[in-house]
This record gives sequence, structure tokens and C-alpha cells, in this order.
Amino acid sequence: MPEPSLILQTIDLTKSFGMVKAADTINVHITRGELVGIVGANGSGKTTFLNLITGYLRPDHGRILIMGQESTGLPPRRVTKLGLARSFQIPQLYIGLSVLENVLLALAAQAGKSTACWRPLYRGQWLEHGAAVLERFGLQAYARRPVAELPEGGRKLLDIALSFALQPQLLLMDEPTSGVSVEDKFQVMDTLITVLQQSDITTIFVEHDMDVVQRYSQRVLVFDDGKVIADGPPASVLAYPEVRKAVLGQE
Amino acid sequence: MLQRGEGAHMALLTIVILDGFVFAAVLFLLSVGLTLIFGVLRILNISHGGIYALGAYLGTYLALKILDVGLSPYLTYLMLLAGAVIIGVITGPLLERLFLRRVYGQAEAIQLLLTFSILLILDDLIKLIWGTAPLMVSTPSTLLGHVSLAGIPYTWYHFLLIGVSIVFGGTLVWLMRGTRFGKIVVSVINDREISTAVGINVNRIYTLAFTLGALCAALGGAAVAPTIAVAPGFAVEVGVQSFAVIAIGGMGSLEGAALGALLVGLVRALAIHTFPELELVVIYVLMLIVLMIKPEGLFGEVELRRI
Amino acid sequence: MAARPWSLAVPIVAGLFVAAPFVVPSWILFILHLALAKFLVVLAVALFLRGGLVSFGHALFYAVGAYTAGFAAKWFGVREAVLLVPLGGLFGAAVAAVIGLFIAKYRGVFFAMLNLAVSMILYAILLKFYWVTGGTDGLRVQTPTLLGFVPPRDLIRMTSYYVVLVVAGVMTYVVYRFLASPLGYYLKALADNEIRIEYSGESVQRVIYATYVLSGALGGLGGVLTAFTVGHIVPEYAFWIQSGEFVFVALLGGYSSVPGPLIGAIAFEFIRTYANKYAPYAWQMTLGIIMLLIILLQPGGLWAMYESVVARFSRRAEGVERA
Repeated sequence: MPEPSLILQTIDLTKSFGMVKAADTINVHITRGELVGIVGANGSGKTTFLNLITGYLRPDHGRILIMGQESTGLPPRRVTKLGLARSFQIPQLYIGLSVLENVLLALAAQAGKSTACWRPLYRGQWLEHGAAVLERFGLQAYARRPVAELPEGGRKLLDIALSFALQPQLLLMDEPTSGVSVEDKFQVMDTLITVLQQSDITTIFVEHDMDVVQRYSQRVLVFDDGKVIADGPPASVLAYPEVRKAVLGQE
Repeated sequence: MLQRGEGAHMALLTIVILDGFVFAAVLFLLSVGLTLIFGVLRILNISHGGIYALGAYLGTYLALKILDVGLSPYLTYLMLLAGAVIIGVITGPLLERLFLRRVYGQAEAIQLLLTFSILLILDDLIKLIWGTAPLMVSTPSTLLGHVSLAGIPYTWYHFLLIGVSIVFGGTLVWLMRGTRFGKIVVSVINDREISTAVGINVNRIYTLAFTLGALCAALGGAAVAPTIAVAPGFAVEVGVQSFAVIAIGGMGSLEGAALGALLVGLVRALAIHTFPELELVVIYVLMLIVLMIKPEGLFGEVELRRI
Repeated sequence: MAARPWSLAVPIVAGLFVAAPFVVPSWILFILHLALAKFLVVLAVALFLRGGLVSFGHALFYAVGAYTAGFAAKWFGVREAVLLVPLGGLFGAAVAAVIGLFIAKYRGVFFAMLNLAVSMILYAILLKFYWVTGGTDGLRVQTPTLLGFVPPRDLIRMTSYYVVLVVAGVMTYVVYRFLASPLGYYLKALADNEIRIEYSGESVQRVIYATYVLSGALGGLGGVLTAFTVGHIVPEYAFWIQSGEFVFVALLGGYSSVPGPLIGAIAFEFIRTYANKYAPYAWQMTLGIIMLLIILLQPGGLWAMYESVVARFSRRAEGVERA
């Protein structure tokens, strides 16, 4: 029986690629308002999990429920309409457009006006809103510049900003700090987490950096070999030797 | 003579199947090079029909010359082969090195436009060299004699074509699966960067693969020429048909080209003997139906971008 | 690229076009006339090129529009421009609306070739059903009446030219609005990143479909206007070479802008006039060679060349000011 406060629920989620079980009977419950980190070694199934939840991949077995609604087998654009947004490990941007235009398009999509063909994209309401979004992510200086001029970290932030602009209730971030220099990681995460919590967005983020996970998540899911092998507060979960071995390869 | 009733149905079926197989053989020879090039270079070579036509024209021309000079008519087969090989070996490296190479990695639209412009040039080139009147050498096809099946005369050459296409297909499959060259090509298809790192000369493989595809096209053209009159403009007709064949079969798949050719051949034969006005239309309708059910083609692979 | 703001250039260019009948010799006027009509179809092709898609079959809509005028004349004796021009556009859009349901699911190679296949089916139909379509002889299209009014003999060319100019002007405005709208930008985004579009909750298929219908309307308008301009239509209007010419012009003029296709269309008519004179048997080859050169040397076409010249001049002007 799906519970209303559960924003995401997967039931026996399974996906294989040939012989490899990338997702093995995954059962996950995420409640509204949580801030969850997902860790695991390369190939442990973290990104597959995101791809399954967002509809980019179809599961072989199992169900996915988003805010109580069945989303198994729906394609990404329908899943997004249910209130879920996602950022990517490799930023997915419109490279031929300016930074601001990228945001404006997200706003247009959010307003359901993507196929509006008469009134301009550059309209007052969206311009204001777009500028505000860029400012929250510290990108306002690049607004009119082409995306190509953004530094690596800026592209990451823009990628997340685009998902944020959709006003989702659940945001999935795939390695938000990858490609960000060590000194900047915490600053970036500070910005991100503040923005997200101010807007009441449930957040799941996949991360490699243990320090980031430890500091910013309230709950950690550990993936190994397509299974969730641990689930709990970061301090305790990351103390388990099995977890450290699976994720870090430490004895 | 055709009889009424069941006999007529059987006769119709036999004709459709025989014709279908002959068409299929022709289509296969025409399309297999196209699917090969797509499989390796991931470019749809729109100029393929032009190379096919060049093979047909040069082969026909050389065969006619041999007959003019008064030598043995059996040499026409050799001339067809020679014409095809010359075309394949010249156009292959030329087109790949001079033009295709410059658009690898560019937008797909640009690649399509490039091969399209080459088609325009080749089509006119043929007209400039050989004129607009149709060219025909029937000797290779009549030389081997006729046989009557279900009341319809077929030449042994038609069946030779079927045999040639089977041998051809088999050779290509062996080449791609059973030889070192084939394995190298597959490695390049799967991962260009790793192949380079391992020391494979990827550029040369691309040239070789394209040349092989061009050779197939030219051979196909030369093989078919004795059964039709080659005329300008048929480069495009066959071009669209060959695209239909590989779209149905799955682009990049050799087996797909065979299956696609078979389906299109049979359907076309059926149309010709029942509703001839629909001859061309049925091929496109078949393609549309298959694509609606399986958009990547019968043996095609679904490609998902990694995110 | 954002749609260009209304600048001084627009009224000047418009003024030149309006003044043309009084200023240029009649053979140049005819070129402009024809170019303005065909430019609409080229615009349609350019829209898709912007989105990273090539259509090798837009002659389909062009033929639909042309034969609208042809059939109206043949079966109903109607030659009223005010009725037939919008009707041509409407039929073009209707055909696109039906075919687009299927074609909008495809990209790249398939999109290009399926368009080609459909246009060749129309060509085959136009050819084979000659008792309806006039077959290879084609259909004659008389000069149109304007609100029932037949222009006096010596003003026929000019009236026809102004009708085309007005329609071209209106559609240019429509396309500018389109390109500045969310859909227009999504079209450009399509060339970059379909995944981001899908993850924004928008359907790439819908973007393509909507553009396809608009492009069908443009193609139909171009066809009916050309039919009125030339006076005679043949099944070749749907032939793949015609589609190829439209693509060629889009490439020649530069498909990233709206003026590009118009410049390309005018240049194309000049090229064709001279090619007919000096190389009449190598038309396809001429097109092919020029296309190759553009692709390899200046993919942005004439418009890009113009822009780089302008940029160099303004840099030089700035340099002079500073010095």
C-alpha cells in the first residue's frame, strides 16, 4: 500500500545487462524532505538506479512509485512531469544557446509552454525568474554568454540549475561535485544544499567523495553489485568495514 | 499457359517466389555495401547508388567493347567484373580520403549533405561520359540459355545472380566474423579510441571498409546490368530502394540486408503480378510498416546514449 | 542565435523589394519574383537544418501547393489568388500534419530518407495518374485574379510580383516570431541535446511535429506561388532533385538566419541562369560541386560570409576610431 509521505518507492527493482545484474531486487523508500546520499564503487549500480527511476531504462522486474503514483515504464518526460528532476554526471546542456536561454527553456517547459510559437521566449516574467535562478547558483555573470564559455564547474552548476528551474519535488543529482576542484567542493555543495533546502526539495545525490557525503547527507544508501547493502545515517553506515571495503576497497 | 482455379494460384505463387528471389538477389548485392559502410563508418552513403550505376555502366561498356572487338562472348563476364573492380577500387579510396574523412564527427546533417552532393556529381558524371541514351549488354544474360518455369522464361543468368548473391553474402560474413581483418573492423566499430590506443590504424580501416562497400556496390551494379538497360537516373531509384532494404533489415547488419532484400524482393514481385501500379509504393509501405513495429529494423540494435 | 532585432536594414531591404519593378530590368525582376516564392520552401528546409535535421523530401509540400492551383484551375476553373494561396498553404500543412505523425518519430538518416520516400511516392502518383494530373505534360496555371479582378495586361507581372512579395513578407514575419518563441528555441536545442529536452518534461517528437506542420504550410505556399509565377506545373515539382535544390539553397544562403535563405534563393536563380547558358548538361554536377565546396569551406553559406565581412569592417571602424 503506497504511503503518501513516501516521495519515492522502489519495489524489487531489477535490471540486467546480459550476464550482469546492474540492479538486483532493490527496495528503497525515500520520505519527503530527506537528504539522501548514494555511494558505491564504480559499476555498483548507482547510475543505473538513477536511470531506472527516471525512466531512461526500463526495469526487467519491479515497480517504481513516485509520490504514490506508478511510474514504472514511463519515459523520462512523463516522469519529470510527476515532479522529479535530475542532473547528470556529464552536464547535459544546450551548447549552441546562451546560459540564460538554457534556463529560459527550462522555465518554458515548467510552464507547459514549450510549444508556444508566437510570444517570445524572452518575456519579462521568465527573464526575471531566470535571472533569479542564475543568481542563486552564482552564474548571473555568464547569463548572456554562450555555454561554451562556462568553466567546468559552472557547467555542472548550470546543469543542476536547469533541473532546479523545473521546480521539482524530488531532485536527483548524479555526482554534483565531480570535476569540481577539491577546494571548491564544499562551497559548491553549500550553495546547492542551501538552495534546495530553502525550496523544500527532497534530494538524492550520488557521490564518490566520502567527505561530501558525510557532511551533507542525512542518510546514506550504499550500493554494491546492484544491491543496497547498507542504509542509514552517514556516520554509522560509513563505519562498517564491509561498507568501507565495498566502496573504498579498504580492509 | 496459366490455368484457371488452383493451378493459377500455384503458378502465381511460383512466379512470385521465383521473381522475388531474383529481385532479392539484386537488392542484396545493391544494399549490402551500403549497410556495411553504415555499420563501420556510421554514415549513410547516399552516393551509393551512384557508385552502383558507375559499376553497371563501366561493366556494360567494357563488355560491349569486347563484343565489338569480336572476342569470345564469355569474356563479357570478365569485363563486368573488371568494370566493377575498377570503379570500386578508384571511387572507394578517392571518396573516403578526399571527402568523407573531412566530415567524420560533424553533425549528421552535414554528412548526409556531403554524400548527397557526391551523388549529384556522380549522376551527371555518368551522363557526361556515356550520354543519356540507355546502355544495354544482354549477352551475359542470354549466353547461358533459358529455362521455362511455370510458363515464364527465365535465364540461367537470373539464377546465377541468386547464386552470386549468396556466395557474396557468405564471403562477407566470413570476412567480418572469421578473419583477423573482420575482428579489427569490429573493434574499430565498438571503440575507436581504444583501437587507436592498441595500435590499429583506424584511418586505414575506414578507407578499407568504405572501399569494400564501394566494391560491393559496383559489383552489384555490374552483375545486374545485363538484365536491365542502364539509364541515367536509376542511381537514385536504386538508392532509395536500397535504403528501404537496410532500414527494414537493420542498418549495419549483414543478415539484415539479406532479410530485408528478401522481404522487399518478394513484396515487389507480388505487387508486379497483382497490382503493378503499386510496384514502387509497396516498398515504401513495407518499410513504413516495419519501422512502425520495430524502428531500428529487424536485426537492428537500439542505441542508447550513455548518461 | 537570437532572432535579430528590427533594425534599419529591414525597412531598407523591404523598400528595395517594393521599388524593384520600377528599377530593375524585367529579367532580374522575374528572378526576384521566383526567388521570393521558392524562398518560402527553402525557409522550411532551413528550419529543420537549424534543428540538426535534413529533409530530402520537401518538394512534397511544394508540389502539393502547386497542384492545388493546378487542380483548382482544371476542375473548378478557379484562379483566385486570395483563395488559392492560403489554400495551398493549408493543404501543405494538412499533408504535413498527417505524415508528421509518423515522421516526427525519426531523426538523422531516417528523417531524411523517409521524407524522400514520401515525396517520391507523390511523384509516382502524379506521373502515373496522368488522366487526373496531366502526367508529364503537366497542368497550365493561368495568372491569378485578385479578388476577382483581372489586372490589365501590362501590370500582370507587377501585380503577381507584389502578391508574392506580400506573402513572403508576412511569412518572414511569422517565421521570425516562431524562431523567437519557445518552440523556435527548442528547435535549436534539438540539434544540441535531446536528452535535456526529454528530461525537461517536453517531447522532442512534439517539437519536430509542430515544426513539420509549419514547414508544410511554407512549402505549400511556396508551391502555389511558384505555380502562379511560372504558369506551368509538372510532376517534377515533387522529384527528389527539386528537394535537393531546396536543400542546396538553404546551405548556399546559410540556414541559421532568415535572410540567408532569401539571399540563397536569389543567388540560386542567377547561378541557374548562367549554368543553363554555359553548362546545360551538368546542372546536377554544378549543384553538387558547389555544395561540396560550401560544406568543406564555408558551411555557414553566403550569410556567414556576409557576417564575417561586416564583422571585419566594424572591427576596422573601431580600430580607426581608437587611432
